Amino acid sequence: MTSVESGVPVLRLWRVTKTYGEGASAVQALRGISLVVHRRDYVAVMGASGSGKSTLMSILGCLDVPTSGRYLLDGIDVEALDDDEIAEIRNRRIGFVFQSFNLLPQLTAVQNVELPLTYAGVRRAERRRRAENALAAVGLAHRLHHRPATMSGGERQRVAVARAIVAEPSLVLADEPTGNLDSSATAEVLDVFAQLNEVGRTIVLITHEADVARHAKRIVRIRDGRIVDDVRLAPIEAAPPRPGLPGHQVSGAAP
Amino acid sequence: MIRLEHVRIALAGIAHNTLRSILTMLGILIGVGSVIVLVAVGTGSAAAVQRTIEGLGTNLLQINRQFAFGAFGRATTGTLSRSSNLTASDVRALEDRSANPDIVAVAPVVNVPSVTAVFQGASYSPALFVGTTSAYQQIKDYRVAEGNFFTDADETQHNRVAVIGQTVATNLFGNTDPVGNVVRFNGVSYQVIGLLAVKGTNGAQDQDDIVIAPLSAVQDTLTGYGASYSSIVVEAASPSRQSAAQAEITATLEQTHHIAAGSPDDFRILNQASLLQTTQSSSRIFTTLLGAVAAISLLVGGIGVMNIMLVTVTERTREIGIRKAIGAKRSDIMAQFVVEAILLTAIGGLLGVFAGVVGSRFTILGIHPIIADYSIFLAFGVAVVTGLFFGLYPASRAARLLPVEALRYE
Ligand SMILES: Nc1ncnc2c1ncn2[C@@H]1O[C@H](COP(=O)(O)OP(=O)(O)OP(=O)(O)O)[C@@H](O)[C@H]1O
Ligand SMILES: [Mg+2]
Repeated sequence: MTSVESGVPVLRLWRVTKTYGEGASAVQALRGISLVVHRRDYVAVMGASGSGKSTLMSILGCLDVPTSGRYLLDGIDVEALDDDEIAEIRNRRIGFVFQSFNLLPQLTAVQNVELPLTYAGVRRAERRRRAENALAAVGLAHRLHHRPATMSGGERQRVAVARAIVAEPSLVLADEPTGNLDSSATAEVLDVFAQLNEVGRTIVLITHEADVARHAKRIVRIRDGRIVDDVRLAPIEAAPPRPGLPGHQVSGAAP
Repeated sequence: MIRLEHVRIALAGIAHNTLRSILTMLGILIGVGSVIVLVAVGTGSAAAVQRTIEGLGTNLLQINRQFAFGAFGRATTGTLSRSSNLTASDVRALEDRSANPDIVAVAPVVNVPSVTAVFQGASYSPALFVGTTSAYQQIKDYRVAEGNFFTDADETQHNRVAVIGQTVATNLFGNTDPVGNVVRFNGVSYQVIGLLAVKGTNGAQDQDDIVIAPLSAVQDTLTGYGASYSSIVVEAASPSRQSAAQAEITATLEQTHHIAAGSPDDFRILNQASLLQTTQSSSRIFTTLLGAVAAISLLVGGIGVMNIMLVTVTERTREIGIRKAIGAKRSDIMAQFVVEAILLTAIGGLLGVFAGVVGSRFTILGIHPIIADYSIFLAFGVAVVTGLFFGLYPASRAARLLPVEALRYE
């Protein structure tokens, strides 16, 4: 692959709209989003509260369907897929990180991380090994058998990130992954994302914070369901920027 | 398709929600257990009634008088009442073996109403005072615990002797031995020569509350020589000969009573089979009633299960949303909940069967419960179906939601 731009885009949206409800109480959350994201890109989506960021992210992650417009994921029209095929896409191609973690409270960290592999039909021993590796990659090798309730917010979010990457999806989507975290936990999670991007994963991340957005290669701004700004901070093929957070040293930063 | 993984996930779910799981199983346990016990009580009481009826005497047929009303405008006076009498000539005709080959014994019966027995200051009114012949003992299958039944000689010699049941003995004699003592029945002295073995109750009446004496003596002293016996009891050769015997009785009595072919009979024959049928149908009603009560408790158990399942729907909906978001198929979700519901209800159901079987070993209200196999399968089946339905309905609804919608549940 000579130019990254030449491949099939990971995400391609064309005039995507989303309307909640009907009639007088209808809310137009997305009013025609057109967006192309290529492999290895690292995109931060910013916007005021209620601007439609989460709505967009749910559609990207195949957790919700657009009201109109087209959405191609790896060149595949998602609308044409049946329920099971969409489940497989969520399972294999997409890793989703939620602001509220969404871990299953009854399972330990490693069991939570194993879950996507379970639904992918991976055998138990293999599953356990890969889950442990993923947890090691987010720096939680020592927390394998803790339940979410006994872990800090940063640890929980890193478990959620491990779960998102364990099936090695090409696309990682994160909806305000650092929204509930303090600056050191935020640094931990951003560090993981930077490493993921470095090894070739495409990342789309929602954030309110400009300090967080600066870690991406590209910033897309949304207002009232429309893209109002789209700036590139770093080229796709470059390593992700590691500006660090104010008052915090980035642990894994290159010298 | 259900894979081992689904079972693992379901087991983890059950273990996690311990209280919910226990409550669900408890509801099913109680429902299933009570169905089994109550149906067993019904079956047990039906069997007890049947046993006592069989104890009335094997192959018993009883002939009563019947006043035929209204047929072809016939009056119910005069000639009719005379011809409807059951008399000694009827008994003699029935005893004719060549005409009635399927009859082995015949005994006339005179019931003496309101008899008061007195012994040394104790007085008692037995429910039944019967004047009959010695054949009665065999026909009604009475056993003697002490002393003897009266004989043909007692009958022909008009001896004033009597055989009494346990209830009468206890009320008149307390702990003293009645045999050999003299009792006054409505002022007439009879010597007690036998004590009947206990027969128990047949559900409606105490069969031990009886005095039996020779017909001749009874007619001499208590009833006089009335126009008709109260009834005639007949023993058929075997249970399978009952209907043949009944036909012979009909033919014989129609002859002695001069009843033209096609005219209504002036007597009625009760056989044990029809008696059994009546009581069987009434005990079936009893069992059905108990079963209905039990079914209600099963329903209540089911509603409990439904309640618990619905209360946790929020938590489960979120869980379903998370699982779907990371790639669970609808079939994975359904498999998980099917296994979970089946495990919960099956374990609860099996414990209920166990409790029901153990509970049915005890005597309840004087009835020995008899477990009916169908009640086990029925109760267990209904419980599992209930649990499955109420466990699966919320799950299947949630599994159909888009992940965002399921995740929004808070
Ligand atoms: N299920 C829903 N039903 C109705 N309206 C909804 C629903 N979800 C979102 N909305 C509306 O759609 C609009 C966009 O919501 P969205 O959650 O995408 O915003 P957001 O940019 O993620 O905001 P925040 O930064 O607060 O998370 C909002 O006006 C919101 O009220
Ligand atoms: Mg949002």
